Amino acid sequence: MLTETAGSGRVEAEERRKVRRSWLLSAPALTVLFMAASGPLLIVLVYSFLEPAEYGGVVWKFSDEAWFKVVFQRDIFDGTLSFADAHLMILWRSVRIAFLTTLTTLAFGFPTAYFIATRPASDRNIWLFLITIPFWTNLLIRTFAILEVIRNEGIINTGLKLAGIIDQPIQMLYSDFAIMVGMTYVYLPLMVLPLYASMERLDFRLVEAAYDLYASRLAVLRRIIVPLVKPGIVAGSILVFVPALGAYVTPRVLGGGKNMMLGNLIELQFGAGRNWSLGAALSITLLAIVMIVLLFYVRAVQRASEARQ
Amino acid sequence: MMWKLSAGLAGAALLASAGMAQAAGELNLYNWGNYTNPELIKKFEEAHDIKITVTDYDSNSTALAKVKAGGHGFDMVVPSANFVKIFIDEGLAMESRPDQMPNFKNVAEQWRNPPWDPGRHYSVPWQWGTVGMVVDTSVYDGDINTSAIVFDPPESLVGKINVAPEMGDIMGLALMYVGSEPCTTDKDALKKARDALMAAKPKWLSMDYGLVEKMPRGDFAAAAYWNGAAFRARLAKDTIKFGYPKEGYPVWMDSVLILKDAKNVENAKTFMNFVMEPENAALISAFARYANGIDGSEAFMPEDMKTAVEIQVPDAYKDKGVFLPACPKEVNDIYTAIWTELTK
Repeated sequence: MLTETAGSGRVEAEERRKVRRSWLLSAPALTVLFMAASGPLLIVLVYSFLEPAEYGGVVWKFSDEAWFKVVFQRDIFDGTLSFADAHLMILWRSVRIAFLTTLTTLAFGFPTAYFIATRPASDRNIWLFLITIPFWTNLLIRTFAILEVIRNEGIINTGLKLAGIIDQPIQMLYSDFAIMVGMTYVYLPLMVLPLYASMERLDFRLVEAAYDLYASRLAVLRRIIVPLVKPGIVAGSILVFVPALGAYVTPRVLGGGKNMMLGNLIELQFGAGRNWSLGAALSITLLAIVMIVLLFYVRAVQRASEARQ
Repeated sequence: MMWKLSAGLAGAALLASAGMAQAAGELNLYNWGNYTNPELIKKFEEAHDIKITVTDYDSNSTALAKVKAGGHGFDMVVPSANFVKIFIDEGLAMESRPDQMPNFKNVAEQWRNPPWDPGRHYSVPWQWGTVGMVVDTSVYDGDINTSAIVFDPPESLVGKINVAPEMGDIMGLALMYVGSEPCTTDKDALKKARDALMAAKPKWLSMDYGLVEKMPRGDFAAAAYWNGAAFRARLAKDTIKFGYPKEGYPVWMDSVLILKDAKNVENAKTFMNFVMEPENAALISAFARYANGIDGSEAFMPEDMKTAVEIQVPDAYKDKGVFLPACPKEVNDIYTAIWTELTK
């Protein structure tokens, strides 16, 4: 009895030491994490509750005006209150374009990943290597390369003209189409890589078995492959959706700046708008949306693993 | 957009300068993109043994926000007139008294005592210009001396128009188009300007910078943009013409000033005096193609500057130019609200 208590006490002490040691060991990392991530975020949060100074910056006076302005607007001319329809439209456009980008990267990424996963093991690395090559180049340069392809005197229009198919260039640059092309190109690797990771683990004997049981191609895809690579699809979609939501450079260069996305709206508040508080509040709003999406992801993954058990 | 590139270049230049035999001093100039003549920099470096690092920005607001945020390391910045006043009022500019420098005698009479810097205690003229209509006359050959080109465009230009994404300039242009003036507090006029902008926007293609490179390559056929850029575009494609809106058009001047927290104050003062030398001011203009406000610099300018309609305002339109003031906060808030609605 006595020895037992002593023994458990020793175990407890040992446990405590372990816990303490792991805290101490991770302290440097945690400090960096706090200084580099949470700290600045805290500043953003504080700024969103302050009054904007006349020419940019903030005045140290509490105000919830910025948060009010995220959702509501007073009409500039007659002072009536309504939903901030400009902000909501920009938010909606950002969500829509991010969602469409996710769909198009999935549409292109799925067959690509499947193709790579079904190559002989020795060739796969070469294909993966080809997928990652664009990552070596700066995002800005990749975006300008797309601009060069689709502009009025770009490769496509010049080619079509030379072939005699068109005589007036097709307007592709500065449209939602241009933004979609650019975003799909930029984010494709982020979709292919997680998809490939889960397809590589796919047991292709199951596919063969399904064929043996007279399943159609569509049925195999729908009932066997998609359910098994679902974690990859979810991970890839999150990896594309989250950065696409806050994308700044690609919509700015290819969209022509006529229609803002969330990132551009935030930039406007810190620049010409001279309303840092509203910019801070909008940034936190964007962050909140991303958090909600990530929560969905965590729950989807949990459900998937529970289902497997 | 350009800043990443230029920041990279600046970094490389810094490394190079650290490795080289040390220059006697250094100077960090923060200026608009595609605006600083490399020959000017080289000439100054050789004459004074001071290494200049140029960093680019794309708008006044960017420059103000970055300087205000602190920790920038710049010695000099080149804001437009209305922003010079903001830099002074916010205590970001140093009272360097360029009016007492030897070369101040070269500053043209009309720029010696501007409302935004009375008596020139802070800033020195860099370049001045106008906002007008840039039209590719091979697409539309009607009257281009009207801001209806962008606000009520002719059929052949619909969907081919670019508007500079510079809030102050475009709001000023729109207010004059509806018969008012920049920075007005008259709500009716502001409302009319908003309605004109909102009605015109569906007929625009883009709101972007980079006209010098894009317009000659046919990305758009008309624009509300700055005159010097229009000039450079014309040199690349001769059907591109510049029109002065008869309804009124904004005039601006960029001036170089020393920042209060500058580290290389003496070098910066040397540079200020240097750019007031007619020969050097001419170098600034020869590159970016705007007039500079320094008397006697014309003699050193390229021949084509002296006859360019983009630079020499025709007499009929001389009194239509309105200098852009810095709007008070309540007007700027309305500007921003309209601008957000416009670009939503």
